[in-house]
Amino acid sequence: MSALVLAPAGRRLKALARAELTLLGRNRGALVTALLVPVALPFSVRPAVDRMDLKAQGLSVGTVMLTAAIGFSFLFAVYTSLVSAYVARREELVLKRLRTGELGDFEILSGTALPAVSVGLAQSLVLCVGCAVLLDAGTPRAPYLTVLGVLSGLVLCAALAALTATVTRTVESAQITALPLVFVSMLGSGMAIPTEVLPDRLASVCELLPLSPAIRLVRGGWTGQLSGYEVLGAVATTVAWTVLAVFAVRRWFRWEPRR
Amino acid sequence: MDTNEHEHVIEVTDLRRVYGGGFEAVRGITFSVGRGEIFALLGTNGAGKTSTVELLEGLARPAGGRVRVLGHDPYEERGAVRPRTGVMLQEGGFPSELTVAETARMWAGCTSGARPEEEALALVGLTGRAGVRVKQLSGGERRRLDLALALLARPEVLFLDEPTTGLDAEGRRDTWELVRALSDAGTTVLLTTHYLEEAEDLADRLAILHEGRIAVTGTPGEVTARRPSRISFRLPAGYFLGDLPPLAELGVCGHEVDGSLVRLRTRELQRAATGLLVWAERARVELHGLDVRSASLEEAFLGIAREREVAA
Repeated sequence: MSALVLAPAGRRLKALARAELTLLGRNRGALVTALLVPVALPFSVRPAVDRMDLKAQGLSVGTVMLTAAIGFSFLFAVYTSLVSAYVARREELVLKRLRTGELGDFEILSGTALPAVSVGLAQSLVLCVGCAVLLDAGTPRAPYLTVLGVLSGLVLCAALAALTATVTRTVESAQITALPLVFVSMLGSGMAIPTEVLPDRLASVCELLPLSPAIRLVRGGWTGQLSGYEVLGAVATTVAWTVLAVFAVRRWFRWEPRR
Repeated sequence: MDTNEHEHVIEVTDLRRVYGGGFEAVRGITFSVGRGEIFALLGTNGAGKTSTVELLEGLARPAGGRVRVLGHDPYEERGAVRPRTGVMLQEGGFPSELTVAETARMWAGCTSGARPEEEALALVGLTGRAGVRVKQLSGGERRRLDLALALLARPEVLFLDEPTTGLDAEGRRDTWELVRALSDAGTTVLLTTHYLEEAEDLADRLAILHEGRIAVTGTPGEVTARRPSRISFRLPAGYFLGDLPPLAELGVCGHEVDGSLVRLRTRELQRAATGLLVWAERARVELHGLDVRSASLEEAFLGIAREREVAA
């Protein structure tokens, strides 16, 4: 029964994702942002990282740069790119048209997200290998935590993109509506600045930001410094954000332009 | 459920739709469409055509009343209805950067039991444009692409929201022929249009919507039969309406005079025209600009809009 249900759903997702990938390939601006920014940005924070006292926190330049790069991949390959994609499809009435067909609402949103999420996943893998080899980040002590962090971050980014799209009217304004999460995450979620070097009280607030747990898991998987209790907290936070985002999308997502 | 399904593929009962701002676009309409029938919803802009069709397509939940398509609620039971319906929205809905072939491939991948994409494109005459991006298509070509995708699933029920808007005369004829052929093969078609000749030519039955309500419904013949026919002419100088035979005797049910121009309305066109012409012959009066015409759908349509305005 489940195979019978899943086979057509898989076929539909594949068809939609393929079209979406073609569109991504034809949108040069989006492609450059998605592919280059996550690789280039970490180098811009490198000088600052070099000056930090990382040893005391058990960190190295490699692990800090790695989490920064994966975080930027979440933000630029997945989150901002998807906000634009969702808004563009809605404004061109593509989402409305898709809803007249056999695809379910969840399938439409996930099929559209699939290429961007795949780019983010591939990028994270390349970055992990690259940082391990080139920046002496070493090998992860608890790789499953890194994997968990990457996957939960990607899923949450897609859900948050759909949520941001609900309050975005045009593709142009997506560059503004996506900014708050980008800024807050860069500063507070341990991407540009490791949360470990923040004052304790501020750090504990920042731990509750949407992308903080994913970054924490990625970094913790590498350093092996997360206690079971901390892992549990990070997982609970990321699950809570995902559930909240999915609920909000189901409740408020707009399938057609405002008239 | 099954026997019912064969009688009425689409059943609409006291349907209502209210938008966020409180605007009531559909105010309690009832109709049904049988298998293989072509049913047209006519109306001016803002009459509620698209608002109604979107409810039948299951894109929105009605504020009141009931919709059944193939025996199911198209909003609540999406999975049961969608594989058997084809939809053409009023406006596109395709990514402008994909080609025609890529768009068709994507849609076919999302459709169970889809016919080959090439076949669907051939049906609407778009084979030669398969490699062209959607943004480079003309308005008419986009309508035809939309129709091709609606036909991919070999639907039992087809919803066409203004299928020929933007098409040239030839394209319109081609679309009509295609729709007729589909209907002959058993497809049930619900279409909206503001081209009256389209409804007159194509529809087995129609309903004229006005301000969210059905003003009149029936076959095109029935709808026009309820309207009076018209005779208009100019009387030469020195002649007045009173010089004509008594209007009641001619079977005239209404008249207007505008200077020398006389307009008569009658439900007995032959009797009125004969009486008028016999009188003119005997009195040696030449009726300038004589125009005699039976009621058309256009007359019915404009008449309804006028009557409602007066009533309001």
